[in-house]
Amino acid sequence: MILIVAEHTAGKLAKSTLEMVTAARESGREGPVTLLVLGQNVAAVATEAAAVADQVLVADLPQLAAYNAEVWAAAATQIAQEGEAHTIIIGGSRSGREYAPRVAVKLDAPYLEDAIALGSNGAALQAQRYTYLARVTETVEADGTVVVTVKPGSFAPAAPAATPGEQYDVELDLPAPRVQVTGRSVEKSSRVALTEAEVIVTGGRGVGSTENFTRYVEGLADAIGAGVGATRAVVDAGWRPYAEQVGQTGKTVQPKAYIALGVSGAVQHLSGMGKSKNIIAINKDAEAPIFKVADYGIVGDINEIVPALIEASRK
Amino acid sequence: MNILTLVRQVPDAEARIKISGQTVDLEGATLVIDGMDEYGVEEALRLRESGAPVEQIIALAVGPKKVEDALRTALAMGVDRAIHVETDEKYDAVTLSRVVAQVAQAENVTLILAGGQETDWDSQALGAASAERLGWPQLTWTNELKLDGDTLTGRHDVDDGNESFSATLPAVVTTQQGLNEPRYPTLPNIMKAKKKELRKDDPAAYQLQGKVRSVNAEIQTRARRNTMIDGKDPQAAAQQLLELLRNEAKVIA
Ligand SMILES: Cc1cc2nc3c(=O)[nH]c(=O)nc-3n(C[C@H](O)[C@H](O)[C@H](O)COP(=O)(O)OP(=O)(O)OC[C@H]3O[C@@H](n4cnc5c(N)ncnc54)[C@H](O)[C@@H]3O)c2cc1C
Ligand SMILES: Nc1ncnc2c1ncn2[C@@H]1O[C@H](COP(=O)(O)O)[C@@H](O)[C@H]1O
Repeated sequence: MILIVAEHTAGKLAKSTLEMVTAARESGREGPVTLLVLGQNVAAVATEAAAVADQVLVADLPQLAAYNAEVWAAAATQIAQEGEAHTIIIGGSRSGREYAPRVAVKLDAPYLEDAIALGSNGAALQAQRYTYLARVTETVEADGTVVVTVKPGSFAPAAPAATPGEQYDVELDLPAPRVQVTGRSVEKSSRVALTEAEVIVTGGRGVGSTENFTRYVEGLADAIGAGVGATRAVVDAGWRPYAEQVGQTGKTVQPKAYIALGVSGAVQHLSGMGKSKNIIAINKDAEAPIFKVADYGIVGDINEIVPALIEASRK
Repeated sequence: MNILTLVRQVPDAEARIKISGQTVDLEGATLVIDGMDEYGVEEALRLRESGAPVEQIIALAVGPKKVEDALRTALAMGVDRAIHVETDEKYDAVTLSRVVAQVAQAENVTLILAGGQETDWDSQALGAASAERLGWPQLTWTNELKLDGDTLTGRHDVDDGNESFSATLPAVVTTQQGLNEPRYPTLPNIMKAKKKELRKDDPAAYQLQGKVRSVNAEIQTRARRNTMIDGKDPQAAAQQLLELLRNEAKVIA
């Protein structure tokens, strides 16, 4: 079987889970597409999962109330072994990519990370992924039982099937977590999820200040109905939450239009947005690297151009 | 205690990338120690300087001959000695973790510092894979770390924000930007580094059998329109951009 560890937050199945179901169906590997739901009080999630999968395995346990890498790795491995899964698909989130290698080592299986496409070549599973700061697209393959993580936003979300899959409860023998969590802070952007926005307005250091970010970046985003992104420089300066960061160490986005205001276009930033369908840049420095990847560029001062844009787009 | 810091060599972020055959060809590219690994080296040095009973800091790299340069950088920053498993073969993280685990055991290591994410492969996997092989816990994406006795505390990024944590050694910690500001090797330290031990290990001793094959690599660049608009007249520039976005690119209504 193909085993997918479902991702869910706040009692809802995550979009990434629907994407993993598509990845499983496109992988060319045989057997039922099985979603494993790990957590506590996850009955609603399991029902949502059943709508898209051939079968759902549910581990509804108090020990699974909070994510822990070792616990998740143990759970996924046990189910993979008992169900003789030959393909184990895990989300390309931070947590997914943290425990997936542990599952691969436990199963002594090859690990293909951050796949953007999956397919089979005979018995081998092939995966495409970006490397070298997303400048290179590489294809790799491995045989036998394979552990894969899937890059969020790379596959179309699966639609519900005509008949929902069966649900089964499973038993697990779990280790005690060894890392104690002593505090948490959740950083949320108040706006449209970046990875889902069709148009994104991103502000860089050139925007000047927190106040200007609100005025120009949020102002333009509101005027044209867009999501809001930020560069690392802006996040490091504390102007915006990390949830809005785009780039190598932030989110990867691929909107129809990406509008960069006062962004220089460092390679680490480009690796997160370089695949956008249209890139629009406004920067006062005609030599800024962002212009090299831009479809449309305005050389000018944000303080003058953006108010004019907001004004004109309202007309 | 002994600390193992993993070191990998990557092309400079600005380096031009070319492909020959099925893979990326780094011939002629400027290669440097990965920035993420500099954080690891720096953190090991800081733990020692902050009074932790660190006996030895050992840097480990698996890779071709040139990787020596990255290890020399680590030595010049202040690690005590280095181990180089010299091979031209490129291994996946699950396979490489065998080397890390064996070296950690042979050298009585109780803390491993690895890079969070490479600028080349970006697999974020070796730290976790090594932790699993050793049966140790791991802390990824760490941007704050303290060691008191054998208790590690700190802060790291998680899916939707960050967490403070506490864990007991032995453990694997992976780094990220913000953890520290790596020092530059000074000239006297660069000179001293030349005399430090850089041990060469035969890869055959680790019985490595790669699990992942490269099939193909391509540089895909999207052709961009590169239409430039002069911003001297902001109103006209804004008008023109909006028209292009509406009528040519058709991305806004
Ligand atoms: C390991 C690593 C990971 C990283 N990950 C990320 C990441 O995930 N995301 C990310 O974004 N960065 C990342 N970075 C940082 C990256 O290298 C850059 O430092 C960062 O992207 C720069 O942000 P910026 O463009 O906002 O700022 P700057 O580079 O300072 O650029 C500001 C731009 O604004 C322009 N400007 C200034 N004033 C005005 C004005 N009034 N009107 C118009 N234009 C103006 C300037 O000409 C300049 O081009 C990473 C770096 C490292 C080493
Ligand atoms: N060949 C290697 N030799 C030594 N350390 C490595 C090697 N490959 C990866 N690492 C370490 O593992 C980290 C993560 O690498 P990766 O799992 O490839 O993203 C790097 O930052 C290094 O610290």
